[in-house]
Amino acid sequence: MSSRGADRAPLILPPSPTVDAVALEERAAALAKRSIKKATKIAGLRLAIRMMDLTTLEGKDTPGKVRALCSKAMRPLDSDPTIGPCAAICVYPNFVSVAKAALAGSQVLVASVATAFPSGQSPLSIKLDDVRRAVEFGADEIDMVIDRGAMLAGETAKVFDEIAATKEACGQAHLKVILETGELGSYDVIRRASDLAMLAGADFIKTSTGKIQPAATPPVTLLMLEAIRDYYYATGRKIGMKPAGGVRTAKQALHYLVIVKETLGDDWLAPSLFRFGASALLNDVLMQLEKERTGAYQASDDFSKD
Amino acid sequence: MLTKPQTTSQRIDGRMGKLSKIEKKREHEKPAIVFGNQWDYAPAPEATDFFKIGKRYELFIGGKWQKPRSKSYFTTISPSSEAVLAEIAEADDSDVDAAVMAARHAYDRYWSRLLPSDRSKYLFRIARALQEKARQFAVVESMDGGKPIKESRDVDLPLAIAHFFYHAGWADKLDLAFQGRAVRPLGVAAQIIPWNFPLLMAAWKIAPALACGNTVVLKPAETTPLTALMLAELIEECDLPPGVVNIVTGAGKTGAALVNHPDVNKVAFTGSTEVGKRIQRAVAGTSKRLTLELGGKAANIVFADAPLDQAVEGIIGGIFFNQGHVCCAGSRLLVEESIAPLLLRKLRDRMATLRVGDPLDKNTDVGAINSQMQLDKIRELVAAGEREGAERFSVSCPLPKKGFWFPPTVFTNVSLSSRIAREEIFGPVLSTLTFRTPDEAIEKANNSVYGLSAGVWTDKGSKIFHMASKLRAGVVWANTFNKFDPTSPFGGYKESGFGREGGRQGLSAYVEVV
Amino acid sequence: MARSKVVKKVAKQAEAKLKQADAAFVRVKVAAEVEQSLSTSRTIERVTVNKAYKMYIGGAFVRSESGRSFRVKGPKSTDPEVVNMPRGSRKDIRDAVLVAKNAQASWAARTPFNRGQILYRLAEMMESRRSELAMSLGREGREGREGREGREGQGAADAAREVQVAIDRCVYYSGMCDKLSALLASHNPVSGPHFGFTLPESLGVVGIVSPTSPSLLGLVSAVVPVITGGNTVVAIVASGDPRTAAIWTECLATSDLPGGVVNVIYGQADELLPHMAKHREVSGLSLWGDLGALGVQAEIDGADSVKRVRRYGDADRSLIATEDGARGLGYVEPFLEFKTVWHPMGM
Repeated sequence: MSSRGADRAPLILPPSPTVDAVALEERAAALAKRSIKKATKIAGLRLAIRMMDLTTLEGKDTPGKVRALCSKAMRPLDSDPTIGPCAAICVYPNFVSVAKAALAGSQVLVASVATAFPSGQSPLSIKLDDVRRAVEFGADEIDMVIDRGAMLAGETAKVFDEIAATKEACGQAHLKVILETGELGSYDVIRRASDLAMLAGADFIKTSTGKIQPAATPPVTLLMLEAIRDYYYATGRKIGMKPAGGVRTAKQALHYLVIVKETLGDDWLAPSLFRFGASALLNDVLMQLEKERTGAYQASDDFSKD
Repeated sequence: MLTKPQTTSQRIDGRMGKLSKIEKKREHEKPAIVFGNQWDYAPAPEATDFFKIGKRYELFIGGKWQKPRSKSYFTTISPSSEAVLAEIAEADDSDVDAAVMAARHAYDRYWSRLLPSDRSKYLFRIARALQEKARQFAVVESMDGGKPIKESRDVDLPLAIAHFFYHAGWADKLDLAFQGRAVRPLGVAAQIIPWNFPLLMAAWKIAPALACGNTVVLKPAETTPLTALMLAELIEECDLPPGVVNIVTGAGKTGAALVNHPDVNKVAFTGSTEVGKRIQRAVAGTSKRLTLELGGKAANIVFADAPLDQAVEGIIGGIFFNQGHVCCAGSRLLVEESIAPLLLRKLRDRMATLRVGDPLDKNTDVGAINSQMQLDKIRELVAAGEREGAERFSVSCPLPKKGFWFPPTVFTNVSLSSRIAREEIFGPVLSTLTFRTPDEAIEKANNSVYGLSAGVWTDKGSKIFHMASKLRAGVVWANTFNKFDPTSPFGGYKESGFGREGGRQGLSAYVEVV
Repeated sequence: MARSKVVKKVAKQAEAKLKQADAAFVRVKVAAEVEQSLSTSRTIERVTVNKAYKMYIGGAFVRSESGRSFRVKGPKSTDPEVVNMPRGSRKDIRDAVLVAKNAQASWAARTPFNRGQILYRLAEMMESRRSELAMSLGREGREGREGREGREGQGAADAAREVQVAIDRCVYYSGMCDKLSALLASHNPVSGPHFGFTLPESLGVVGIVSPTSPSLLGLVSAVVPVITGGNTVVAIVASGDPRTAAIWTECLATSDLPGGVVNVIYGQADELLPHMAKHREVSGLSLWGDLGALGVQAEIDGADSVKRVRRYGDADRSLIATEDGARGLGYVEPFLEFKTVWHPMGM
């Protein structure tokens, strides 16, 4: 499975539709103009929290940091137990066990980045080992990165095979495929990679690692949701979407929810099919919720940093 | 989804097989997308408490607000609530005569003698003042005309302002505009504008006319006179010389008096082809210069290689923008047969998200039909479409009880000969036809008495240029639709009228090239 | 009774004798006249072949479908030719508009360079027929050449000059074809991520009533600017003597100009113009000369298909005659459309 033999027939995938950048960006911008007020705003922000993959992916991560994040995920706002929990926490494989233990008994899932995150530039066997180990440690979800180099070099078969192999290595765990859209260069390639990932078995497609700029943007998210929609039309299978990196404010989060609502409808307005990769976002959302509750604008120090 | 390792080609073949099977069954086995109310938008009404609409508007003649000699007034209502907004003076022949005299006087005594750079400054002044009051103009536009506030706020107003800015700059550069040929103004311009973009059309008419050194008598449409009258107030505030811009309100009779006035040098009309022809006959044999911007039945052509999701946006914007009350609306969708089912499915799903309702709600996508008369016309043509055997799909959204409303509607299986494929509906109603080859698309697109605009959606550059050159239409939008800009000449071929508005070419309508 | 019979008989005989004498006298007289005529005006020479003038429709020389003709005759002293010109009818207009319509797309689709070359070829053809054109102009009847009476004796020089200016005008417009875009097109710097441009394009079929005077230069000046931009033309020549126009169509026929691009019909404006003005396939009207109520009615009729109507008055007509008159975009632009194209710019 690790390489394609010479006897293999060429890979033929159905063509992806082309993308017009200007019209795509125009549509995404138009959706940003939806006025989200009062009850809609509160409901949207509460939903956004339940869609969050609270993430820490740093070299300086420690068990303590991960545990703190877990408790924040389970109960984002001390004063209001009806808020949250977040959908998952997202950590490196080494912290899966820690997180799993900290989250025991809660609904919060553990997601782990694997496959030589964030560059993906390691031999496939190593990447697959990475996945298997994370799953063994108890990860419910695996966030893999595709080989952007291969994608840009036109080696779509290689990308496809790696995703398919990773999916297999995931076993029961859900697979989120990170396209690292900021490195793919154009919407056409992002669309192609989205189709490829879904055909190869992705349960979710995800914009970014958060290590590369630009990361998630509204047009990229819209584009990927449209790819999901086409795949759903063709197969009836619902693939999830996760923008990550770059979603920092409550206002942005609501904008993303609008995009989901008006592209894929009610079914996707759920943590099972839409996630935010988030770290800074949560506190801004909490601040806005408090503002709606109290009518007063909040200060950032009113909220715990993690 | 893969249970055991296979060769890539086996895997793909398997999946492709599955896809094509589903493709075949698609019509029966549609996995539906649910656009429900799980998370709905709360009402977001635009504020209306920061300005007041007058109870009664007189005629703006010679810099003064004058009572009509007819002593008669009509009301203008909000088409979304049918509430009366204001009383409007009805100008009769003698009022029109007074307005033309005022314009002539202002032209002879002042405006034609003014330095071009000073004309320019007046226009810049109007542009600036309009920017400052943009929001209230937008709100009134939506109240009086029924269009969504997001359109009046984000399209009508910015474009109207841009038109004044753009033409302000031309006023003192006319000597450069015609390859060194000298130009002179025509004199008094009679301008008649429609109800679909009331302020924007006023800007399209007034800005180039003044920039070129003419004076103006403008008649707004009787259902939407308010923003033109507010513009008169603004022009007054800008201290334009009296008589340079005159606004007379009324219906067809007032317009006819204006067109037929012997002291008018130029007639500019935007509106229906039927009235346009009447005007062309009326000015026959006179020395009045004429430009007409009339109806349309634009083809919006989608090829299989188009960026489909963006094309859907273009189709939606093409026909539902301003409730389809757009002369250049993409009202005939021509789809390459091979992608028709998929495209229509996408279109229906997209239509399900359209929000029809209160024009002042910031989330409204489709507002009210402009008048009872227009609603009747739309209903009549839609009924004809149904009788002629086309399949109708209308979004099932709740419509307000009061006011004039029509749900966004798409017809499929439309034959080229049917009324809904040939006549301008001027409402949120799209007629869909299919084609097999590019030549067939061109033939069908051009098979119309109109020729205002067309849309082409394809990823192939050479195809775009080929189509653009073959389509008999004054504006061709390739991979986009309904885009406007003061730098971009706009106007029709064939029975969509003649003359251009905007750009250097648009100046020709208001000058004589010596 | 008998007496009266005799008288009658005698009278009859006398009458018969007188008749005989008369006939003899006539015979002698006619013989003398013919003799004189032959000796003074003719030598024994070949019999000339007279031209049957025809209209020019679809690249072919045709008679009127109506079968009608009208007589043209110049001043007797200089112009012995008597010609029956076909008199165009409503149906000739109909047919000509149809061929003009069918020829339009491919004429417009030719490269401007190619159109320019063809118009230059037209100038070449006219140049080689200079003397024929000038001779024809010189013998045109007064009806055909207004104001000619006052220029008695100047005819030949005037005619030669008119031909020369007409040729030069073709050369001028020949070089115009591929300049139109440079002069009239624009890039539109719109406020947004779109690339926009506006190009001149052909209008379609343009109906022309050509000025009756100057007849050749008038026709050339009315027709040639209109076809530079890719339009095709149906021209009504309403003068009493359209022979020079007919010779010009022979230049057209040998100039590589595709059939149907220019169609020329002779006849009466009041009979033909209304049908042209009402014809929905005609997109523009270029009306020269004082057509009075006929012109107004043509404008009214033209409104039914929103025709672009341009009426040229006396000022334009007198401009035609000058060497640098009737030149420039002003005669081209009224019969062009402007097409604006938008396209997004993005990755």
